[in-house]
Amino acid sequence: MWEALHQLLNIKLKFMNQEDFLLNFANQFDETDASEITIKTAFKNLEEWSSLLSLSVIAMCDEEYNVKIKGDDIKNAQTVNDLFEVVKSRIQ
Amino acid sequence: MSFLNISNVKITGISTCIPSLIEEVNSLSHLFSRGGADNFIQTTGVERRGKAGKNVCASDLCFKAAEKLIEDLSWDKGDIDCLVFVSQTPDYKLPATSVILQDRLGLSTNCYTLDISSGCSGWVDALSVISSLMSHGSMKKGLLLAGDTLLKFCSPTDKSTYPLFGDAGSATAIEFEQKEENRIHFSFNSDGEGYKVIMIEDGGYRNPVTEESFKKEVISEGIERSKLDLVLEGMDVFSFGISKAPQSVKDLTTHFGIDIGSVDYFTFHQANRFMNEKIRKKLKLPEEKVPYSLKNFGNTSCTTIPLTLVSQLQSELKEKELSHIACGFGVGLSWGSCYFRTDHIVCPDIIVY
Repeated sequence: MWEALHQLLNIKLKFMNQEDFLLNFANQFDETDASEITIKTAFKNLEEWSSLLSLSVIAMCDEEYNVKIKGDDIKNAQTVNDLFEVVKSRIQ
Repeated sequence: MSFLNISNVKITGISTCIPSLIEEVNSLSHLFSRGGADNFIQTTGVERRGKAGKNVCASDLCFKAAEKLIEDLSWDKGDIDCLVFVSQTPDYKLPATSVILQDRLGLSTNCYTLDISSGCSGWVDALSVISSLMSHGSMKKGLLLAGDTLLKFCSPTDKSTYPLFGDAGSATAIEFEQKEENRIHFSFNSDGEGYKVIMIEDGGYRNPVTEESFKKEVISEGIERSKLDLVLEGMDVFSFGISKAPQSVKDLTTHFGIDIGSVDYFTFHQANRFMNEKIRKKLKLPEEKVPYSLKNFGNTSCTTIPLTLVSQLQSELKEKELSHIACGFGVGLSWGSCYFRTDHIVCPDIIVY
């Protein structure tokens, strides 16, 4: 059973795509409508962006992709895609 | 990770002490913009915390806790064979504070004393050391004193540290008793790669104090500090905590075959509510099994675990037999978990000093 689960997980990770990540990312926001956030959005310019949201994004990457995001990753990223690339590169 | 299984040692009492000055987070208007303090309280769970006065050290808070514990246990001071003091705010660079406390408490000069430098995982670290020492059977009674006065090195103009931390001290009584059920299990990890994530840069021997050390610098909005103040990289600590703390508890229960559902209470280092809730949910632990004390005390470094036990579970600790898992994680980076049982232990009211 564990092997099957592991395979499923690998399939999920392999198929990690931008839309999926964007949706997970946008879900962290309460007041900002998901339609306002695209993969090219400079997310730190969003009015709702806060230090708490950065923690939520870190938690999302941990829960959804089992990837550790550090403070510098958030600081260096401008767009949602920048973060997506970081996560993608760290998926094993 | 490394595991430890210690036999014939048990915890027989826990006592805690907080400073008399209580500072409300809501009163720190200089740190927060409008609504900022409320957001902070909602996220971290910290509403107020004790602040040690200029002349009060971690050792003083531990001293008060220890005096009361010894009295309530009716221990003869001459019978105390060892004293371990864990803190990152000792009285002096040297000598060690544990030696001074041996004399202040009126313990015998036959007493073994040791200082341990550790923070968030400190109580678990020190418990492993003192219980290992005592499991040999030559030392029958021991005191673990865990305390910190972190606010002394938090910049009052740093909203990432100053409203979060609090000062407190504690004493835990350990006894040797040959009995099958007297077992304490541990699991430990360290990762020095993250040493810069929680640190004070200057004032040690790597970076001695210079005139520059005192200069206040604006790091970002709401964060102004000098190189003698505490640095806390919140995002990195969060990322670390939510992955390592649950893993540590899982490693402990798997290795020692502990049925996680049978454990009465899971007491975590009180980092902040947002992080601790992520950890609790990852382990799928019910709310009623995970006590919090952040609201009134904040993050008190190595004191959070005993302070949470006493403030939230005092009557149960005194009146029942309980099984516990405790988990500390943070500065170092260092993290560890332990499983232990308590059976009608001595647990005095929190002392205010």
